[in-house]
Amino acid sequence: MERKETDMDGIYLDNNATTRVDDAVVAAMLPFFTAQFGNPSSMHSFGNKVGLAIKKARMQVQELLGAEHESEIIFTSCGTESDSTAILSALRASPERKEIITTSIEHPAVLALCTHLEKEGYKTHFLKVDEKGRLDLDEYRKLLTDKVAVVSVMWANNETGTLFPVEQMAEMAHAAGIPFHTDAVQAVGKVPIDLKNTKIDMLSLSGHKLHAPKGIGVLYLKRGVRFRPLLRGGHQERGRRAGTENTASIVALGLACEQAMQHMHFENTEVKRLRDKLEAGILAKVPRAFATGDVTNRLPNTSNIAFEFIEGEAILLLLNKFGIAASSGSACTSGSLEPSHVMRAMGIPYTAAHGTIRFSLSRYSTEAEVDRVIQVVPEIIAQLRKLSPYWGENGPAEEPEKAFAPVYA
Amino acid sequence: MWDYSDKVKEHFFSPRNSGALEDANAVGDVGSLNCGDALRLMLKVDPETETIRDARFQTFGCGSAIASSSALTEIIKGMTLDAALKVSNQDIADYLDGLPPEKMHCSVMGREALQAAVANYRGEEWKDDHEEGALICKCFAIDAVLIEETVRANNLSSVEDVINYTKAGGGCSSCHEGIEEILSKVLAERGETFNPHAVVLQEEAAGKPAPGKMNNLQRIKRIEMILDGIRPQLQRDHGDIELVDVDGKTIYVNMIGACSGCQMEAQTLQGIQAKLIEDLGEFVKVVPSRAGSYARAASHV
Repeated sequence: MERKETDMDGIYLDNNATTRVDDAVVAAMLPFFTAQFGNPSSMHSFGNKVGLAIKKARMQVQELLGAEHESEIIFTSCGTESDSTAILSALRASPERKEIITTSIEHPAVLALCTHLEKEGYKTHFLKVDEKGRLDLDEYRKLLTDKVAVVSVMWANNETGTLFPVEQMAEMAHAAGIPFHTDAVQAVGKVPIDLKNTKIDMLSLSGHKLHAPKGIGVLYLKRGVRFRPLLRGGHQERGRRAGTENTASIVALGLACEQAMQHMHFENTEVKRLRDKLEAGILAKVPRAFATGDVTNRLPNTSNIAFEFIEGEAILLLLNKFGIAASSGSACTSGSLEPSHVMRAMGIPYTAAHGTIRFSLSRYSTEAEVDRVIQVVPEIIAQLRKLSPYWGENGPAEEPEKAFAPVYA
Repeated sequence: MWDYSDKVKEHFFSPRNSGALEDANAVGDVGSLNCGDALRLMLKVDPETETIRDARFQTFGCGSAIASSSALTEIIKGMTLDAALKVSNQDIADYLDGLPPEKMHCSVMGREALQAAVANYRGEEWKDDHEEGALICKCFAIDAVLIEETVRANNLSSVEDVINYTKAGGGCSSCHEGIEEILSKVLAERGETFNPHAVVLQEEAAGKPAPGKMNNLQRIKRIEMILDGIRPQLQRDHGDIELVDVDGKTIYVNMIGACSGCQMEAQTLQGIQAKLIEDLGEFVKVVPSRAGSYARAASHV
């Protein structure tokens, strides 16, 4: 794929954080700020055309998700809104049920909501993961009782790209009479999805993860699933999400979904090949580094590498100096004191958890960019290890915890 | 991306005095792998004069941890141990033209490593005296442990109390939910229930003079009294405030010591203003008597 012109020079490998809006997508949305500014709810012709454009976008999203009906697509403002709407709807629809099942490595959009709901009297079961970030389905099966109001499990983990068996888990929840929601923000557009042949009741997606703008999301709601809106008011989205439609962004998301559909094969062949090359190239040159997550079952664009005995934010700052954008699960990048909850849940030792770096590619990533990163990363890692009290001349200090023994710890 | 000063970036990209110091006779190790920050400070101390001849560091940590370590070694080289011990974490942060509130603990680690190294040289035992919790107030960089301990030690029961005792929550106020959670928890420990409306009732009962019913002298005395209440917090940060003039709704003050020119000055003034407005029951504007610093304060708002 040809490299797009970007306004900023640099190598962008942080596509799980957000993506560049495709030029054609920007062009498609622009008329909806000016000539097509009408409110789709209006009776006059200013609104009518806009209504038709939204209908088309809804069908484009439907196509990418493999949804049976276009009315199952509800436009929202973001992935987080979709997650909150889904989970809170399920709780309100079954007020007598006071338990929630989710995983310990969800995105904060689900995790923080569930933690908050615990304060309101709900019991949340956070499914544990093993060292590769995989779930124990036997543990899950035992929790599926009639006390559970909703199951919410992410399709793909944002940090490691590890895929969860959501289709199988939805079948299990369905058999137990429990609605199943999946946060598929990272998965949509990267792995094939065919919702009509699953028992998934609700799914969240976010536009800006697939080359649409920020501020637009979707909640997929299977026909017949009991629903209670988060926002009540006007009749928009058939009364399931009140508020005037974000028309330009809805149109943009529609086209972005169509493009994602067209590039699905490319994503799973060429993007995957570049990701694999990047990961193998770095691991071949850097000692004491390893890929985290389930590397045989993950998103095609994501590689998460742990570099031992150094800290992630320092790596990012040096990468940035070379014009390379990535992200880290280190505590310092978030301002918290603990490294990423995903790394801790997988039991990644602290010697490595603070030094995890996520590279996430897109269909715009190039071979030359990957080669450059493979060249730069080993130098950066060596430079920081030279500063680290845990690193000796040519490797980690022997028994690092003893070599560096503070008077307190 | 953090809003790091150029000085922080410069010290991170080109750290001074990094690496092992072979003939060090004072070594201070603080932090650990678990907490994501660890610093080894190595000093060569002249036994005759107790002067620091050389200082080097090794740091496992983020950009500001490395920059703070680099700054620390530059500051203390050539100092006597006694003089070096007076270096505060604020001095380290100031040397770097400030650190983001979430990163102030990096400068604290520098100061602790220094204390540990001096203790090591003198054959004393050094104990870390603080435990760090999750950051609650981002305006004033105050963590949950400090708030919790202060609430417990002083029997505090309202967000207002917490602001008065710790400054936490006195800025943008978006952390008040977090402070209420801490209050609920600590109050539950002593068998009480947190009541967000209790403060208002108490104040009404206390018979605070109604606005407009004070004459000028009473009003100025009242302002002085409110400032006196705030003063201990400022002094804890090595600063102070003095009342210069009261002109209608405008209250002119002088920020003294560490508060003067501090990167938090604008927020501190805002907090003081909020306190005065609330206590006086009328709108007032707090303005530093120096015009230059007012422009700075305004640009921060």
